[in-house]
Amino acid sequence: MKHEITVKINGESVTAEVDSRLLLVHFIRENLDLTGTHIGCDTSNCGACTILLDGKSIKSCTYLAVRADGSEITTIEGVAADGTNHPLQQAFHDQHGLHCGFCTPGMIMRSMDLLKNNPNPTEEEIRWGISGNLCRCTGYNNIVKAVQQAADELQKESV
Amino acid sequence: MIPSGFTYHKATTLEAAFALSQELGDEAKYMSGGHSLLPMMKLRFATPEHIIDISKIAGLSYIKEDNGMLKIGALTTQAELEHSELCKEKYPIFGDATKLIADPSVRNVGTIGGNIAHGDAANDHPALMLAMNAIIIAEGPDGKREIPITEFFHGFYMTALEPSEILVEIQIPAAKTGSGGAYHKIERKVGDYATAGVAVYLELDDNGICTKAGVALTNLSAVPLKLTRAEEILVGNTITEALMDQVAEIASEDCEPESDLRGSEAYKRAVTKTITKQMLQRALERAQ
Repeated sequence: MKHEITVKINGESVTAEVDSRLLLVHFIRENLDLTGTHIGCDTSNCGACTILLDGKSIKSCTYLAVRADGSEITTIEGVAADGTNHPLQQAFHDQHGLHCGFCTPGMIMRSMDLLKNNPNPTEEEIRWGISGNLCRCTGYNNIVKAVQQAADELQKESV
Repeated sequence: MIPSGFTYHKATTLEAAFALSQELGDEAKYMSGGHSLLPMMKLRFATPEHIIDISKIAGLSYIKEDNGMLKIGALTTQAELEHSELCKEKYPIFGDATKLIADPSVRNVGTIGGNIAHGDAANDHPALMLAMNAIIIAEGPDGKREIPITEFFHGFYMTALEPSEILVEIQIPAAKTGSGGAYHKIERKVGDYATAGVAVYLELDDNGICTKAGVALTNLSAVPLKLTRAEEILVGNTITEALMDQVAEIASEDCEPESDLRGSEAYKRAVTKTITKQMLQRALERAQ
């Protein structure tokens, strides 16, 4: 059965027909061609598919597209403003917070939610905060440093 | 992995949900956060023909004290419980549990009602509910009823809920001077189900004598397990080091673990003993 849904994705309103069983991550990648959101484990363990749904990080592999009707979605493609890197993107670049880069979009989307709720996290809070996002290259130290840099930067911006 | 075909229905009121459930019959399942049900559907362990989405029903997400009870709306997410100021201040057992449930992104979606109604002994809230003697408020086409938690879990994924009923609220006796609870589970990695989990709840009188006790376990039997024998020897006594050792020993004897990838039966019994002692100590500190 098809359902008509309307979502605002990275600021743009989209209306589409989706099957009941279509997963949100497939809708984002295949219907909208936004392939920055990755599929890793497909079992809500790895966090590669993390996006923001109404400002909260969720794992889009474990969410039905039809349930997102009326929601606002942000994916990694919607993070940079006018071609300027978001402080998190810049920090992952500066701190070399990636090896292969597969987990990076999910790490950044998760970290956005983390820093919104906890603008000045301790190292331990960052590690717990990204505990649902796996880096198969095990580059966690630089990822944590990147989140710390972004936290400092965002706090400077908000002053 | 994509679930097998089903038809999605959204209910925005309880009445609409009941009507859909009655019309669609046994092949329909309610979904709240969907973080237990959808993974099972993706693995084809569950193949409902209809999903009734109840996550958008208004007025079922709250944490409040009322009439001597803590009342939690079924659609309250794990994240809301984790960050609730009321829980941090007076019910830290929820902080103990929620920070170990899956991971932050899953906790943004998963609900306490779903965690309990799923009827899975591997979920964490059932042990908390059993330790704190919760009352489950279920609502269906014929109205509301109260189900004592000790009558709620019937078997593997089986609960006292009738097919069209929805778990709408959880009630727990409000915290008072002399009460305290604690929960911990051992997990192999973040997001895993418990190798062993123990919830403890204690109430002490002015002389430090235990007047009420709850001890319950996660993932150590097919059905969430309440340790009546352990509770009985706590009540009426001062909780000493020796008594805690005795209760921990009972927990390791009365749990019903099976050897699996998370550990051997003997290992799980040993871990249960250790966590039970730790949680007794932590609950006692909080009660004092």
